[in-house]
Formats: sequence, structure tokens, C-alpha cells
Amino acid sequence: MNTSAVAGQKRVVFSGLVLPYLLLAPQLIITVVFFFWPAAQALWQSLQMQDAFGIGSEFVGFENFTMLFSTPEYLASFRLTAAFSSAVAVSGLVIALVLAVMANRVIRAATAYKTLLIWPYAVAPAIAAVLWLFLFSPAVGILALALRQVGVDWNHLLNGDQAFLLVVITSVWKQVSYNFLFFLAGLQSIPRSLLEAAAIDGAGPWRRFRTIVFPLLSPTTFFLLVVNVIYAFFDTFAVIDAATQGGPGGQTAVLVYKVYQDGFKGLDLGSSAAQSVVLMAIVTVLTVMQFRYIDRRVQY
Amino acid sequence: MIERRPMLDLLAHLILLIGVLLVAFPVYVTFVASTQTAAEVQQAPMSLLPGSHMIENYKQVIMGGSTTGSSAPVGRMMWVSLVTALVIAVGKISISLLSAFAVVYFRFPGRMLCFWMIFLTLMLPVEVRISPTYQVVAGLGLLNSYAGLTLPLIASATATFLFRQFFMTVPDELAEAARIDGASPMRFLRDILLPLSRTSIAALFVIQFIYGWNQYLWPLLVTTQEDMYPVVIGIRRMIAGGDAATEWNLVMATAMLAMLPPAAVVVLMQRWFVKGLVDAEK
Repeated sequence: MNTSAVAGQKRVVFSGLVLPYLLLAPQLIITVVFFFWPAAQALWQSLQMQDAFGIGSEFVGFENFTMLFSTPEYLASFRLTAAFSSAVAVSGLVIALVLAVMANRVIRAATAYKTLLIWPYAVAPAIAAVLWLFLFSPAVGILALALRQVGVDWNHLLNGDQAFLLVVITSVWKQVSYNFLFFLAGLQSIPRSLLEAAAIDGAGPWRRFRTIVFPLLSPTTFFLLVVNVIYAFFDTFAVIDAATQGGPGGQTAVLVYKVYQDGFKGLDLGSSAAQSVVLMAIVTVLTVMQFRYIDRRVQY
Repeated sequence: MIERRPMLDLLAHLILLIGVLLVAFPVYVTFVASTQTAAEVQQAPMSLLPGSHMIENYKQVIMGGSTTGSSAPVGRMMWVSLVTALVIAVGKISISLLSAFAVVYFRFPGRMLCFWMIFLTLMLPVEVRISPTYQVVAGLGLLNSYAGLTLPLIASATATFLFRQFFMTVPDELAEAARIDGASPMRFLRDILLPLSRTSIAALFVIQFIYGWNQYLWPLLVTTQEDMYPVVIGIRRMIAGGDAATEWNLVMATAMLAMLPPAAVVVLMQRWFVKGLVDAEK
């Protein structure tokens, strides 16, 4: 990453020895106390192991990590998280892209559709989970009852696949509006002259989409892919806790949920801290990807 | 439109309408359930037409909460959510504005270090550092307080970057003129930069207000007393009693109330919302 571009500065600067530090102080103090200090603690704890009574702890090196990666439940949670974030990202992107392409076609009505489609962004993930939980509630949910009519016995409290489906639907429902906004903005920035030229040359709508629109949209798509994966990894904690609490039998316990479960419910601090460190590594990789993409977009 | 294709336009409208219906359907059912009695909702299947108990249900949850789950009044929870969201939004904007000003308009030792420290917070979302952050907040005695609910969420690299990016587009002549006229840096910030940043501030406010209102994991950890539950947590406690015992009509009334403020902010401030969303990701 080009640091001078990111940390850019004015040619004209004010002088002051103390003032800049005073201006930065509130943010830096909060950053150190609530971000760096806890992160350092997590790193330190991940190398420690508590004894059975929780009184003392000893330095064990990477033992927490080796133990973590040899636990079947953790590996299962890893696979589950991969499946969950791919499902959320791919279906969220596909649905949003279809809607955005359609909205971009009906130019005059596009604004109205936009207003009608964007507000789920404002709904809290936990509230979204409550709404879908109600629709799929085995006892009273109207979708669960409708499914029973056609022979599907819906009970996400017992059936892990159905619980997985429930959290995916909820997460996608909430995220489509965000993706839609970015795809629509991307579509509207494609030069019309390109599309008109292709149309004159006899390319139909599908062909134009495949050979011109989709390739030109690829920076937006890539950016959204990263954002959606980050969303599926972290922001869906609320969806899972409110809808399934990681159950049944851990079949919706994604990595973030396990950190919470093991740290706050199981009180296994060493393992929870090691899991936090693994997550930090994942976030770091995703953030770097996001920023590399921005560098590329600037050259466009 | 590139060419006239009425059938394709019709298809486009059709798909968009299905999209709008899918998005709206859960909320419609929620609204309907919030206007019926508990017994009416329990009927399988419930009626999809609004009932006649709307005022009574909403009054009950605002004043008293549900009877089987948590009995905390939702009115109080809405207040906690509002204070939390406002403190987070205003706090983030203020501290980011100041630090972006320092980074852009001053040259001082350690400037790059400060910048990188702020940048690194991007890689440490609450979710990955929950236990240690909880320990720090508990150690400072901030559990069940507004400070505990807001402070750990208030540092934001994105807001700082947004302001920094905006300040870079402000013509250098303005700062030069201010300096020649003998204006102090703070005066320049207050009288020139702040008015110019109004749009950015409005955009960020919308995004951060929603962010603050919708927080879940962090309030779940730091609040243990019912009178400090934000509404998003409160609703979760209302359904904790199990499937059959849940008073869905009251839960759904609470859900409607919890959705209203952020949805209103998005719809009423749509222009700034879209700008804020797009800018914040740059």
C-alpha cells in the first residue's frame, strides 16, 4: 500500500508543538485502552494455560493453538464458517445484482425501488433474526406451517441444516440492500456510449451484460465480496445468537460464536484467546485485501 | 434505455416487485402480529389481516414489557438505545474530526505512528477481542453504564479516514489566508473547516447512528441490569422463555418499535445515507 497517499498531508501546515497531540489524544487514548491493551492481553492469554481451579496460569507457548487445531469441534466450526460465509456472500451478491440490473433498466422508477429496497440496512441483525424466527417458528410461524402443508417438517430447533438455512436467509435478507446500492451505483457509472455502440453492432441485452457490464462491474463485485465475507464472519453474531444460539448441536456455531461460547459460557480463557488471535489474523488478511483493491481502483 | 423492449421492461418491474415484496413481507407479518392478541397469534395459521389490539399491545410493551419473559419496560430500553446511539455517533464524529485535523494540518514527530495506530483499529473489531475488552471495562468499573456501552465502540478508523480524505480536497488557499489573517488553528477548524464538512458530518451521523442503535454483542456482555438493556438486547430476553411461552404479539410490537428509529433515519436522510455509505467504504 502506498502510505504517503493514505497518510497525505497539506502543503500549508499550522505550527504547534502541543496542539496536534492534544487533538489526537481522545482518539489515541480510547484506541490504546480499549483496542491495543485488550488485543495484547488476548495475545498474551493465548500463550497461557489456566489450571483446573482458575487460580494460576502458566506459559505454554503455542499449545493452545495446537490443541485448538486438533479439536474436531473447532475444525468443524471452521468448515461451517467457510460454508456459511460463502452461502451468505454468493446468494446476497447474486440477488442484489439481479435487482440492481433490473432497477438500472427502468430508469425512471429506479429511485422509487431504491427507497423500497434499502431500508433493511437499518434493521438490526438481531431484530432481523427475531422477524425470521417468528416466520419459521415451528409452533406458530406461518412459513413453517406452510412448509408442513407441502410435506416439509420444519423444525430448526432439531434440524441442523434447517437452522443453517434460517441464519443464511436472515443474513442475506439484511445484506441485500447494501449490495444493491453499490451495484446500482456501479451500473450507473458505466458509460452509456459503450452500451449503445454494442447495441448498434447487434449485441442483445444478455450479450451486453456478459461482455461489457459484468467485466466493468468486477471491481465493485470484488469489493462487495470482501465486505460480505467480513459481514458474514463478524456481524452475523447477533443473527446466530438471537435465532439459534449456535445450535442445534453446534451446527450454527461459527468461529465468532465459538469465541463467545468458550470464553463467556465455557470460561476457557486460553482457548478463547487463541481463537481471538486466529480471528484477528483473518480480519487482517481481509482488510489488506480490501485496501489493495482500493489502490487498484484509483488507477482506473 | 438503449433500445425499446417492452417485454423486458415488464420483466424488470416484475422482478423488482417480487424483490420489494420479499423484503417487506417479514415486516408486514410483524406488524400484523403486533396488532393481535397473543391467542390470535397462537392460532395456526394466524390471520394476515391487522387485528384490533394495536394500541393496547404497544402501550403494554412501552410501559411494562412482556409478562412471561423479561418484564422491563420497552420505553426505558428505547431511551437507553437512543442515548447509546447518539453518544456513539457524536463521539465518533468529534474525536475523528479532531484527529483527522491534526494528521492533515500539522507536521509533528510521531505523526505516521499515530496514523498507523488509528489504522490498526480496523483490524480489531469488538468481536475478536471480546473477553479482554470485557475485562478492561469491568476493571474500570464501567459495566452497566453508558460509558461502558459506548467508549469501546467510539474509536473509528473509517470516520477518521473520511474526514482526512475530505480535508485533502479543501483548497490550501483557505488555510493560507486564515494563517495570514492571524487565525489560530482552532479558529480555522471552527469557522472554516467545520462549516465546509457539514455534508460529511451528516452522512457519517446517519451511518454511525444506525451502527450504534444496532449494536448487539457488546451490550449483551456489559449490561446485566434490566434498566441498562438497549432495546435490541431486551427483545432477545423476551423470547428467551421458549417457543410456546413467547408472547409473540408483544415481541413483535417491540420489534416494530426497535426498527422504527433507524429506519426513519435512513428513509428521511436517504441522500446523506447513500453518500455516507459510499464514502465510508472508499
